[in-house]
Amino acid sequence: MLYSSVISERFRHPRFFGDLADADAVFEDVNPLCGDRVRIQLKLANGSVADARFKGDSCAICMASADLLVEIARGRAIGEVLALAPDDLLTRLEAKIRPSRITCVTLPLQVLKGALTAVGAAR
Amino acid sequence: MTLAERCRPDFAILNRRVNGKPLVYLDSAASSQKPRQVIEAVRRYYETTHANVHRSIHTLGEEATALLESVRDRVRQFIGAAQREEIVFTRGTTDAINLVAQAIGRTVKAGDEVIVTEMEHHSNLIPWQMLCRDRGAVLKAVPVIGEGFLDLEAFTRLLSRRTRVVAVAHVSNVLGTINPVREIAERAHAAGALVLVDGAQAVPNLPVNVQSLGADFYAFSGHKMLGPTGGGVLYGRRAVLDSLEPAWGGGEMIKEVWIDHAQWNDLPWRFEPGTPPIAPIVGLGAAVEYLSAIGMEAVAAHERALCRLTLELLAKNGDTTIYGPRNPEIKGAVVAFNVRGLHPHDVAHLLDQEGIAVRAGHHCAMPLMRRLGVVGTVRASFSVHTTPAEIEHLARSLSNLDLMI
Ligand SMILES: Cc1ncc(COP(=O)(O)O)c(C=O)c1O
Repeated sequence: MLYSSVISERFRHPRFFGDLADADAVFEDVNPLCGDRVRIQLKLANGSVADARFKGDSCAICMASADLLVEIARGRAIGEVLALAPDDLLTRLEAKIRPSRITCVTLPLQVLKGALTAVGAAR
Repeated sequence: MTLAERCRPDFAILNRRVNGKPLVYLDSAASSQKPRQVIEAVRRYYETTHANVHRSIHTLGEEATALLESVRDRVRQFIGAAQREEIVFTRGTTDAINLVAQAIGRTVKAGDEVIVTEMEHHSNLIPWQMLCRDRGAVLKAVPVIGEGFLDLEAFTRLLSRRTRVVAVAHVSNVLGTINPVREIAERAHAAGALVLVDGAQAVPNLPVNVQSLGADFYAFSGHKMLGPTGGGVLYGRRAVLDSLEPAWGGGEMIKEVWIDHAQWNDLPWRFEPGTPPIAPIVGLGAAVEYLSAIGMEAVAAHERALCRLTLELLAKNGDTTIYGPRNPEIKGAVVAFNVRGLHPHDVAHLLDQEGIAVRAGHHCAMPLMRRLGVVGTVRASFSVHTTPAEIEHLARSLSNLDLMI
Protein backbone atom coordinates (compact mmCIF):
# COMPACT_ATOMS: atom_id res chain seq x y z
CA MET A 1 0.00 0.00 0.00
CA LEU A 2 1.48 3.32 -1.07
CA TYR A 3 0.07 5.68 1.55
CA SER A 4 -2.35 4.01 3.98
CA SER A 5 -5.54 1.98 3.91
CA VAL A 6 -7.49 5.07 5.03
CA ILE A 7 -6.25 7.03 2.03
CA SER A 8 -6.71 4.11 -0.32
CA GLU A 9 -10.28 3.54 0.84
CA ARG A 10 -11.36 7.19 0.77
CA PHE A 11 -9.68 7.74 -2.61
CA ARG A 12 -11.49 4.80 -4.16
CA HIS A 13 -14.81 5.39 -2.46
CA PRO A 14 -15.14 8.98 -1.28
CA ARG A 15 -18.28 9.48 0.81
CA PHE A 16 -18.77 13.20 0.38
CA PHE A 17 -17.76 13.84 -3.23
CA GLY A 18 -20.30 15.90 -5.13
CA ASP A 19 -22.44 19.01 -5.09
CA LEU A 20 -24.81 20.46 -2.53
CA ALA A 21 -28.15 21.90 -3.59
CA ASP A 22 -28.46 25.57 -2.49
CA ALA A 23 -25.18 25.77 -0.61
CA ASP A 24 -24.58 28.77 1.65
CA ALA A 25 -20.88 28.93 0.96
CA VAL A 26 -18.70 27.80 -1.93
CA PHE A 27 -14.99 28.19 -2.16
CA GLU A 28 -12.22 26.74 -4.26
CA ASP A 29 -8.48 27.06 -4.42
CA VAL A 30 -5.49 25.63 -6.20
CA ASN A 31 -2.52 23.69 -4.94
CA PRO A 32 0.49 25.66 -6.19
CA LEU A 33 2.52 22.45 -6.27
CA CYS A 34 0.44 20.71 -8.89
CA GLY A 35 -2.37 23.01 -10.01
CA ASP A 36 -4.94 20.71 -8.41
CA ARG A 37 -8.24 22.35 -7.66
CA VAL A 38 -10.47 21.59 -4.71
CA ARG A 39 -13.95 23.01 -4.19
CA ILE A 40 -15.97 22.77 -1.00
CA GLN A 41 -19.65 23.62 -0.61
CA LEU A 42 -21.23 24.21 2.77
CA LYS A 43 -24.66 24.42 4.25
CA LEU A 44 -24.73 26.39 7.52
CA ALA A 45 -27.36 26.38 10.28
CA ASN A 46 -27.35 27.62 13.88
CA GLY A 47 -23.63 28.39 13.91
CA SER A 48 -22.76 24.93 12.66
CA VAL A 49 -21.79 23.24 9.44
CA ALA A 50 -25.03 21.43 8.66
CA ASP A 51 -23.77 19.69 5.55
CA ALA A 52 -20.81 19.76 3.17
CA ARG A 53 -19.52 18.27 -0.08
CA PHE A 54 -16.25 18.53 -1.98
CA LYS A 55 -15.21 18.28 -5.59
CA GLY A 56 -11.85 18.28 -7.26
CA ASP A 57 -9.57 16.70 -9.75
CA SER A 58 -6.78 15.83 -7.40
CA CYS A 59 -4.40 13.18 -6.15
CA ALA A 60 -5.27 10.36 -3.77
CA ILE A 61 -3.91 12.17 -0.72
CA CYS A 62 -5.87 15.33 -1.45
CA MET A 63 -9.08 13.43 -2.24
CA ALA A 64 -8.82 11.45 0.98
CA SER A 65 -7.98 14.53 3.00
CA ALA A 66 -10.96 16.43 1.57
CA ASP A 67 -13.31 13.53 2.18
CA LEU A 68 -12.13 13.10 5.74
CA LEU A 69 -12.28 16.82 6.43
CA VAL A 70 -15.84 17.10 5.19
CA GLU A 71 -16.80 14.17 7.39
CA ILE A 72 -15.21 15.81 10.42
CA ALA A 73 -16.76 19.21 9.71
CA ARG A 74 -20.33 18.03 9.23
CA GLY A 75 -22.44 18.77 12.27
CA ARG A 76 -19.69 20.73 14.03
CA ALA A 77 -19.76 24.28 15.35
CA ILE A 78 -18.10 26.76 13.01
CA GLY A 79 -15.63 27.75 15.73
CA GLU A 80 -14.49 24.16 16.09
CA VAL A 81 -14.11 23.76 12.35
CA LEU A 82 -12.00 26.91 12.18
CA ALA A 83 -9.76 25.51 14.90
CA LEU A 84 -8.97 22.33 12.95
CA ALA A 85 -5.26 21.94 12.21
CA PRO A 86 -3.34 19.81 9.68
CA ASP A 87 -2.41 17.39 12.46
CA ASP A 88 -6.07 16.54 13.02
CA LEU A 89 -6.14 15.25 9.45
CA LEU A 90 -2.68 13.69 9.41
CA THR A 91 -3.39 11.54 12.45
CA ARG A 92 -6.60 10.19 11.02
CA LEU A 93 -5.15 9.59 7.55
CA GLU A 94 -2.70 7.21 9.25
CA ALA A 95 0.00 7.87 6.68
CA LYS A 96 3.47 9.27 6.71
CA ILE A 97 3.18 12.15 4.28
CA ARG A 98 6.36 13.49 2.76
CA PRO A 99 7.11 17.20 3.09
CA SER A 100 6.69 17.56 -0.70
CA ARG A 101 3.09 16.31 -0.47
CA ILE A 102 1.95 18.08 2.69
CA THR A 103 0.04 20.72 0.70
CA CYS A 104 -2.08 17.87 -0.67
CA VAL A 105 -3.34 17.35 2.89
CA THR A 106 -3.70 21.01 3.84
CA LEU A 107 -5.36 22.35 0.68
CA PRO A 108 -8.87 21.11 1.60
CA LEU A 109 -8.51 22.67 5.06
CA GLN A 110 -7.50 25.97 3.49
CA VAL A 111 -10.47 25.77 1.14
CA LEU A 112 -12.92 24.97 3.94
CA LYS A 113 -11.71 27.92 6.01
CA GLY A 114 -11.85 30.05 2.88
CA ALA A 115 -15.50 29.11 2.42
CA LEU A 116 -16.32 30.10 6.00
CA THR A 117 -14.42 33.37 5.64
CA ALA A 118 -16.20 34.13 2.39
CA VAL A 119 -19.62 34.07 4.08
CA GLY A 120 -18.33 36.02 7.05
CA ALA A 121 -18.86 33.08 9.38
CA ALA A 122 -15.27 33.33 10.45
CA ARG A 123 -15.80 36.66 12.21
CA MET B 1 29.25 -1.41 -26.25
CA THR B 2 26.26 0.88 -26.45
CA LEU B 3 26.43 4.58 -25.81
CA ALA B 4 24.66 4.21 -22.47
CA GLU B 5 26.97 1.38 -21.39
CA ARG B 6 29.98 3.56 -22.15
CA CYS B 7 28.55 6.56 -20.31
CA ARG B 8 27.11 4.94 -17.20
CA PRO B 9 30.39 4.53 -15.29
CA ASP B 10 30.81 8.33 -15.53
CA PHE B 11 27.65 8.95 -13.50
CA ALA B 12 28.40 8.01 -9.90
CA ILE B 13 24.87 8.85 -8.81
CA LEU B 14 23.57 5.87 -10.81
CA ASN B 15 25.07 3.63 -8.11
CA ARG B 16 22.52 4.98 -5.65
CA ARG B 17 19.62 2.96 -4.44
CA VAL B 18 16.25 4.57 -3.88
CA ASN B 19 13.74 2.77 -1.67
CA GLY B 20 15.96 -0.27 -1.85
CA LYS B 21 15.95 -0.35 -5.67
CA PRO B 22 18.61 0.79 -8.13
CA LEU B 23 17.96 4.39 -9.18
CA VAL B 24 16.32 4.72 -12.60
CA TYR B 25 16.64 8.40 -13.36
CA LEU B 26 14.09 9.43 -15.99
CA ASP B 27 13.96 13.12 -15.10
CA SER B 28 16.86 14.59 -17.06
CA ALA B 29 14.60 17.15 -18.73
CA ALA B 30 14.05 18.77 -15.33
CA SER B 31 17.73 18.58 -14.50
CA SER B 32 20.29 16.15 -15.77
CA GLN B 33 22.78 14.24 -13.67
CA LYS B 34 26.46 15.15 -13.94
CA PRO B 35 29.29 12.97 -15.22
CA ARG B 36 32.50 12.90 -13.17
CA GLN B 37 34.26 14.90 -15.90
CA VAL B 38 32.01 17.87 -15.07
CA ILE B 39 32.28 17.44 -11.31
CA GLU B 40 36.06 17.11 -11.66
CA ALA B 41 36.35 20.24 -13.77
CA VAL B 42 34.51 22.29 -11.15
CA ARG B 43 36.58 20.80 -8.33
CA ARG B 44 39.83 21.38 -10.22
CA TYR B 45 38.80 24.94 -10.90
CA TYR B 46 38.10 25.66 -7.22
CA GLU B 47 41.18 23.82 -6.01
CA THR B 48 43.67 25.33 -8.45
CA THR B 49 42.38 28.39 -10.24
CA HIS B 50 39.56 30.26 -8.54
CA ALA B 51 39.65 34.06 -8.45
CA ASN B 52 37.38 36.77 -9.76
CA VAL B 53 37.54 37.24 -13.50
CA HIS B 54 38.37 40.18 -15.74
CA ARG B 55 39.62 42.66 -13.17
CA SER B 56 42.35 40.70 -11.45
CA ILE B 57 45.97 41.32 -12.45
CA HIS B 58 47.33 38.33 -10.55
CA THR B 59 47.98 34.91 -11.99
CA LEU B 60 44.87 33.18 -10.69
CA GLY B 61 42.64 35.98 -11.94
CA GLU B 62 44.19 35.74 -15.38
CA GLU B 63 43.84 31.96 -15.45
CA ALA B 64 40.22 32.07 -14.30
CA THR B 65 39.46 34.68 -16.95
CA ALA B 66 41.14 32.62 -19.64
CA LEU B 67 39.19 29.55 -18.55
CA LEU B 68 35.85 31.37 -18.58
CA GLU B 69 36.56 32.93 -21.97
CA SER B 70 37.66 29.59 -23.40
CA VAL B 71 34.23 28.18 -22.54
CA ARG B 72 32.73 31.03 -24.55
CA ASP B 73 34.66 29.88 -27.62
CA ARG B 74 33.69 26.27 -26.99
CA VAL B 75 29.99 27.15 -26.66
CA ARG B 76 30.12 29.32 -29.79
CA GLN B 77 31.39 26.36 -31.76
CA PHE B 78 28.92 23.93 -30.12
CA ILE B 79 25.84 25.89 -31.21
CA GLY B 80 27.25 27.18 -34.48
CA ALA B 81 27.31 30.89 -33.64
CA ALA B 82 29.36 33.14 -35.88
CA GLN B 83 31.22 35.16 -33.23
CA ARG B 84 32.24 34.80 -29.59
CA GLU B 85 30.70 38.23 -28.89
CA GLU B 86 27.31 36.59 -29.45
CA ILE B 87 27.65 34.26 -26.45
CA VAL B 88 26.39 35.87 -23.23
CA PHE B 89 26.72 33.89 -20.00
CA THR B 90 23.62 33.88 -17.80
CA ARG B 91 22.32 31.99 -14.77
CA GLY B 92 20.16 29.82 -17.00
CA THR B 93 17.35 29.88 -19.54
CA THR B 94 14.99 31.88 -17.35
CA ASP B 95 17.65 34.49 -16.70
CA ALA B 96 18.47 34.70 -20.41
CA ILE B 97 14.85 35.20 -21.46
CA ASN B 98 14.29 37.85 -18.80
CA LEU B 99 17.43 39.60 -20.00
CA VAL B 100 16.06 39.81 -23.53
CA ALA B 101 12.58 40.84 -22.40
CA GLN B 102 14.12 43.56 -20.27
CA ALA B 103 16.44 44.86 -23.00
CA ILE B 104 13.83 44.76 -25.77
CA GLY B 105 11.22 46.05 -23.35
CA ARG B 106 12.84 49.46 -23.35
CA THR B 107 11.97 49.81 -27.03
CA VAL B 108 8.45 48.38 -26.92
CA LYS B 109 5.57 50.83 -27.30
CA ALA B 110 1.89 50.65 -26.45
CA GLY B 111 0.09 48.66 -29.12
CA ASP B 112 3.16 46.65 -30.10
CA GLU B 113 2.66 42.89 -30.05
CA VAL B 114 4.53 39.85 -28.76
CA ILE B 115 3.70 36.34 -29.94
CA VAL B 116 4.30 33.27 -27.79
CA THR B 117 2.82 29.78 -28.12
CA GLU B 118 0.43 27.72 -26.04
CA MET B 119 3.16 25.18 -25.34
CA GLU B 120 5.67 27.53 -23.72
CA HIS B 121 7.29 26.84 -20.37
CA HIS B 122 6.30 29.61 -17.94
CA SER B 123 9.83 30.95 -18.24
CA ASN B 124 9.16 31.82 -21.89
CA LEU B 125 5.73 33.24 -21.08
CA ILE B 126 5.78 35.21 -17.84
CA PRO B 127 8.64 37.58 -18.82
CA TRP B 128 6.65 38.50 -21.94
CA GLN B 129 3.43 38.90 -19.94
CA MET B 130 5.25 41.27 -17.60
CA LEU B 131 6.76 43.19 -20.49
CA CYS B 132 3.38 43.56 -22.23
CA ARG B 133 1.69 44.64 -19.02
CA ASP B 134 4.38 47.27 -18.31
CA ARG B 135 4.47 48.70 -21.83
CA GLY B 136 0.84 48.41 -22.84
CA ALA B 137 1.73 45.86 -25.49
CA VAL B 138 -0.44 42.95 -26.58
CA LEU B 139 0.44 39.29 -25.99
CA LYS B 140 -0.81 36.68 -28.45
CA ALA B 141 -0.38 32.91 -28.47
CA VAL B 142 -0.06 30.44 -31.33
CA PRO B 143 -2.54 27.58 -30.69
CA VAL B 144 -1.45 23.97 -30.30
CA ILE B 145 -3.29 21.56 -32.59
CA GLY B 146 -3.47 17.83 -33.37
CA GLU B 147 -1.00 15.63 -31.52
CA GLY B 148 0.78 18.72 -30.26
CA PHE B 149 1.92 20.86 -33.15
CA LEU B 150 1.90 24.62 -33.58
CA ASP B 151 -0.81 25.94 -35.86
CA LEU B 152 1.42 27.68 -38.38
CA GLU B 153 -1.47 29.12 -40.36
CA ALA B 154 -2.80 30.75 -37.22
CA PHE B 155 0.73 31.97 -36.50
CA THR B 156 0.93 33.63 -39.89
CA ARG B 157 -2.39 35.36 -39.26
CA LEU B 158 -1.18 36.61 -35.86
CA LEU B 159 1.93 38.18 -37.40
CA SER B 160 1.71 41.81 -38.35
CA ARG B 161 3.79 44.95 -38.62
CA ARG B 162 3.08 45.46 -34.93
CA THR B 163 4.75 42.17 -33.96
CA ARG B 164 8.03 42.94 -32.20
CA VAL B 165 9.03 39.54 -30.83
CA VAL B 166 8.13 35.92 -31.49
CA ALA B 167 9.13 33.69 -28.55
CA VAL B 168 8.99 29.95 -29.14
CA ALA B 169 10.39 26.74 -27.67
CA HIS B 170 12.69 24.75 -29.94
CA VAL B 171 11.52 21.55 -28.21
CA SER B 172 8.45 21.41 -25.93
CA ASN B 173 9.32 20.22 -22.43
CA VAL B 174 6.00 18.33 -22.26
CA LEU B 175 5.00 17.24 -25.76
CA GLY B 176 8.54 16.82 -27.00
CA THR B 177 7.47 18.46 -30.26
CA ILE B 178 10.42 19.79 -32.25
CA ASN B 179 9.03 23.05 -33.59
CA PRO B 180 9.83 24.26 -37.11
CA VAL B 181 11.92 27.15 -35.83
CA ARG B 182 13.49 27.95 -39.15
CA GLU B 183 10.15 28.40 -40.86
CA ILE B 184 8.80 30.38 -37.92
CA ALA B 185 11.86 32.65 -38.01
CA GLU B 186 11.54 33.25 -41.74
CA ARG B 187 7.92 34.32 -41.39
CA ALA B 188 8.65 36.43 -38.32
CA HIS B 189 11.57 38.16 -40.00
CA ALA B 190 9.46 38.89 -43.05
CA ALA B 191 7.09 40.75 -40.73
CA GLY B 192 10.00 42.60 -39.13
CA ALA B 193 9.88 40.79 -35.78
CA LEU B 194 12.75 39.35 -33.73
CA VAL B 195 12.77 35.67 -32.78
CA LEU B 196 13.72 34.27 -29.39
CA VAL B 197 14.08 30.50 -29.19
CA ASP B 198 13.93 28.68 -25.86
CA GLY B 199 16.44 25.91 -26.43
CA ALA B 200 16.40 24.47 -22.89
CA GLN B 201 15.13 21.09 -24.12
CA ALA B 202 16.95 21.09 -27.44
CA VAL B 203 20.63 21.76 -26.73
CA PRO B 204 21.00 18.77 -24.37
CA ASN B 205 19.53 16.35 -26.89
CA LEU B 206 19.92 17.52 -30.50
CA PRO B 207 22.55 19.07 -32.75
CA VAL B 208 21.76 22.80 -32.75
CA ASN B 209 22.96 25.43 -35.17
CA VAL B 210 21.63 28.85 -34.27
CA GLN B 211 22.53 30.31 -37.64
CA SER B 212 20.71 27.77 -39.74
CA LEU B 213 17.71 28.07 -37.40
CA GLY B 214 17.66 31.80 -38.03
CA ALA B 215 17.24 32.65 -34.34
CA ASP B 216 17.96 36.18 -33.16
CA PHE B 217 18.19 34.91 -29.59
CA TYR B 218 18.67 31.38 -28.33
CA ALA B 219 18.56 30.54 -24.62
CA PHE B 220 19.56 27.40 -22.71
CA SER B 221 20.57 26.10 -19.27
CA GLY B 222 23.75 24.28 -18.31
CA HIS B 223 22.09 22.07 -15.71
CA LYS B 224 19.88 20.29 -18.25
CA MET B 225 22.87 19.37 -20.43
CA LEU B 226 25.07 17.58 -17.85
CA GLY B 227 26.47 20.86 -16.47
CA PRO B 228 26.08 22.41 -13.00
CA THR B 229 23.11 24.48 -11.89
CA GLY B 230 23.50 28.24 -11.96
CA GLY B 231 24.97 28.73 -15.42
CA GLY B 232 23.40 29.16 -18.82
CA VAL B 233 23.77 30.86 -22.15
CA LEU B 234 22.07 33.50 -24.20
CA TYR B 235 23.07 33.56 -27.84
CA GLY B 236 22.24 36.89 -29.47
CA ARG B 237 22.83 37.75 -33.11
CA ARG B 238 25.56 40.40 -33.24
CA ALA B 239 23.58 43.03 -35.14
CA VAL B 240 20.68 42.69 -32.70
CA LEU B 241 22.83 42.77 -29.55
CA ASP B 242 24.62 45.84 -30.96
CA SER B 243 21.30 47.64 -31.28
CA LEU B 244 20.17 46.97 -27.69
CA GLU B 245 20.81 48.85 -24.49
CA PRO B 246 21.98 46.65 -21.57
CA ALA B 247 19.27 44.92 -19.59
CA TRP B 248 20.84 45.44 -16.18
CA GLY B 249 23.59 47.62 -14.79
CA GLY B 250 26.54 46.87 -12.55
CA GLY B 251 30.24 46.21 -12.59
CA GLU B 252 31.92 44.68 -15.65
CA MET B 253 29.33 45.91 -18.12
CA ILE B 254 30.88 49.38 -18.38
CA LYS B 255 34.06 50.91 -19.82
CA GLU B 256 34.14 54.24 -18.09
CA VAL B 257 31.88 55.62 -15.39
CA TRP B 258 31.03 59.09 -14.15
CA ILE B 259 28.54 59.91 -11.44
CA ASP B 260 25.79 60.79 -13.89
CA HIS B 261 26.57 58.57 -16.87
CA ALA B 262 28.65 55.69 -18.16
CA GLN B 263 30.00 54.22 -21.33
CA TRP B 264 28.97 50.62 -21.96
CA ASN B 265 31.48 47.85 -22.34
CA ASP B 266 31.90 45.87 -25.55
CA LEU B 267 29.94 42.73 -26.33
CA PRO B 268 29.35 40.30 -24.77
CA TRP B 269 30.29 41.79 -21.39
CA ARG B 270 27.80 44.63 -21.80
CA PHE B 271 25.12 42.06 -20.98
CA GLU B 272 27.03 40.41 -18.11
CA PRO B 273 26.89 42.75 -15.11
CA GLY B 274 28.50 41.58 -11.89
CA THR B 275 30.62 38.54 -11.18
CA PRO B 276 29.54 35.80 -13.56
CA PRO B 277 28.72 32.25 -12.35
CA ILE B 278 32.31 31.20 -13.04
CA ALA B 279 32.29 27.66 -11.65
CA PRO B 280 28.98 26.68 -13.28
CA ILE B 281 30.28 27.99 -16.60
CA VAL B 282 33.53 26.06 -16.20
CA GLY B 283 31.37 22.97 -15.56
CA LEU B 284 29.25 23.81 -18.60
CA GLY B 285 32.45 23.86 -20.65
CA ALA B 286 33.25 20.34 -19.46
CA ALA B 287 29.69 19.23 -20.28
CA VAL B 288 30.04 20.60 -23.80
CA GLU B 289 33.30 18.67 -24.14
CA TYR B 290 31.59 15.52 -22.90
CA LEU B 291 28.65 15.81 -25.30
CA SER B 292 30.90 16.79 -28.21
CA ALA B 293 33.12 13.76 -27.64
CA ILE B 294 30.04 11.55 -28.05
CA GLY B 295 28.67 13.68 -30.89
CA MET B 296 25.23 15.25 -30.79
CA GLU B 297 24.04 13.16 -33.74
CA ALA B 298 24.81 10.04 -31.72
CA VAL B 299 23.14 11.49 -28.61
CA ALA B 300 20.02 12.31 -30.63
CA ALA B 301 19.90 8.85 -32.24
CA HIS B 302 20.27 7.17 -28.83
CA GLU B 303 17.45 9.22 -27.32
CA ARG B 304 15.21 8.77 -30.36
CA ALA B 305 15.52 4.99 -29.94
CA LEU B 306 14.54 5.29 -26.26
CA CYS B 307 11.64 7.52 -27.18
CA ARG B 308 10.45 4.98 -29.76
CA LEU B 309 10.64 2.16 -27.21
CA THR B 310 8.78 4.19 -24.58
CA LEU B 311 6.00 5.08 -27.02
CA GLU B 312 5.71 1.45 -28.13
CA LEU B 313 5.58 -0.01 -24.63
CA LEU B 314 3.20 2.62 -23.25
CA ALA B 315 0.88 2.20 -26.22
CA LYS B 316 0.53 -1.50 -25.31
CA ASN B 317 -0.80 -0.52 -21.89
CA GLY B 318 -4.49 0.20 -22.43
CA ASP B 319 -4.63 2.38 -19.34
CA THR B 320 -2.13 5.00 -20.46
CA THR B 321 -2.76 8.08 -22.55
CA ILE B 322 0.23 9.58 -24.34
CA TYR B 323 0.53 13.31 -25.05
CA GLY B 324 2.55 14.79 -27.91
CA PRO B 325 3.61 13.42 -31.29
CA ARG B 326 3.69 9.60 -31.57
CA ASN B 327 6.48 9.72 -34.13
CA PRO B 328 9.87 9.68 -32.38
CA GLU B 329 11.54 11.11 -35.49
CA ILE B 330 9.96 14.48 -34.79
CA LYS B 331 10.25 14.41 -31.03
CA GLY B 332 12.79 15.35 -28.38
CA ALA B 333 13.83 13.18 -25.43
CA VAL B 334 10.59 13.34 -23.41
CA VAL B 335 7.38 11.32 -23.28
CA ALA B 336 4.40 12.67 -21.31
CA PHE B 337 1.54 10.38 -20.32
CA ASN B 338 -1.20 9.70 -17.81
CA VAL B 339 -2.52 6.52 -16.26
CA ARG B 340 -6.27 6.13 -16.17
CA GLY B 341 -7.83 6.77 -12.77
CA LEU B 342 -4.60 7.92 -11.19
CA HIS B 343 -3.32 11.40 -10.53
CA PRO B 344 0.15 12.07 -12.01
CA HIS B 345 1.57 12.77 -8.55
CA ASP B 346 0.35 9.43 -7.28
CA VAL B 347 1.90 7.73 -10.29
CA ALA B 348 5.22 9.47 -9.64
CA HIS B 349 5.05 8.51 -5.99
CA LEU B 350 4.31 4.89 -6.87
CA LEU B 351 7.15 4.76 -9.39
CA ASP B 352 9.48 6.21 -6.78
CA GLN B 353 8.82 3.10 -4.70
CA GLU B 354 10.40 1.20 -7.60
CA GLY B 355 13.41 3.52 -7.67
CA ILE B 356 12.13 5.29 -10.78
CA ALA B 357 12.37 9.10 -10.84
CA VAL B 358 9.90 10.78 -13.21
CA ARG B 359 8.43 14.25 -13.23
CA ALA B 360 4.72 14.77 -12.56
CA GLY B 361 2.56 17.85 -12.55
CA HIS B 362 2.01 20.78 -14.85
CA HIS B 363 5.68 21.03 -15.88
CA CYS B 364 5.53 24.83 -15.66
CA ALA B 365 3.21 24.81 -18.67
CA MET B 366 -0.24 25.50 -17.23
CA PRO B 367 -1.75 26.93 -20.43
CA LEU B 368 -0.71 23.76 -22.25
CA MET B 369 -2.25 21.57 -19.50
CA ARG B 370 -5.49 23.51 -19.94
CA ARG B 371 -5.24 22.97 -23.70
CA LEU B 372 -4.77 19.22 -23.15
CA GLY B 373 -7.61 19.22 -20.64
CA VAL B 374 -5.57 17.66 -17.83
CA VAL B 375 -4.38 18.85 -14.40
CA GLY B 376 -0.96 17.48 -15.15
CA THR B 377 0.93 14.60 -16.68
CA VAL B 378 3.69 12.20 -15.84
CA ARG B 379 6.84 12.74 -17.88
CA ALA B 380 9.73 10.40 -18.56
CA SER B 381 12.84 11.96 -20.07
CA PHE B 382 16.13 10.54 -21.20
CA SER B 383 19.82 11.21 -21.21
CA VAL B 384 22.99 9.57 -22.49
CA HIS B 385 23.00 7.05 -19.61
CA THR B 386 19.40 5.86 -20.07
CA THR B 387 19.04 2.22 -21.14
CA PRO B 388 16.25 0.25 -22.85
CA ALA B 389 16.14 -1.97 -19.74
CA GLU B 390 15.22 1.08 -17.66
CA ILE B 391 12.37 1.90 -20.03
CA GLU B 392 11.16 -1.70 -19.80
CA HIS B 393 11.27 -1.42 -16.01
CA LEU B 394 9.15 1.74 -16.24
CA ALA B 395 6.58 0.05 -18.47
CA ARG B 396 6.42 -3.04 -16.24
CA SER B 397 5.98 -0.93 -13.11
CA LEU B 398 3.20 1.06 -14.76
CA SER B 399 1.20 -2.04 -15.54
CA ASN B 400 1.11 -3.00 -11.84
CA LEU B 401 0.33 0.43 -10.46
CA ASP B 402 -3.33 0.24 -9.66
CA LEU B 403 -2.79 -2.63 -7.27
CA MET B 404 -0.46 -0.56 -5.16
CA ILE B 405 -2.47 2.49 -4.29
C1 LIG C 1 11.46 24.48 -22.29
C2 LIG C 1 12.02 25.06 -21.02
N1 LIG C 1 12.24 26.37 -20.93
C3 LIG C 1 12.77 26.92 -19.83
C4 LIG C 1 13.08 26.19 -18.73
C5 LIG C 1 13.63 26.89 -17.52
O1 LIG C 1 14.97 26.58 -17.32
P1 LIG C 1 15.72 27.12 -16.03
O2 LIG C 1 14.86 26.79 -14.86
O3 LIG C 1 17.00 26.36 -16.05
O4 LIG C 1 15.93 28.59 -16.19
C6 LIG C 1 12.87 24.80 -18.77
C7 LIG C 1 13.16 23.92 -17.65
O5 LIG C 1 12.67 23.93 -16.55
C8 LIG C 1 12.32 24.23 -19.94
O6 LIG C 1 12.06 22.92 -20.02
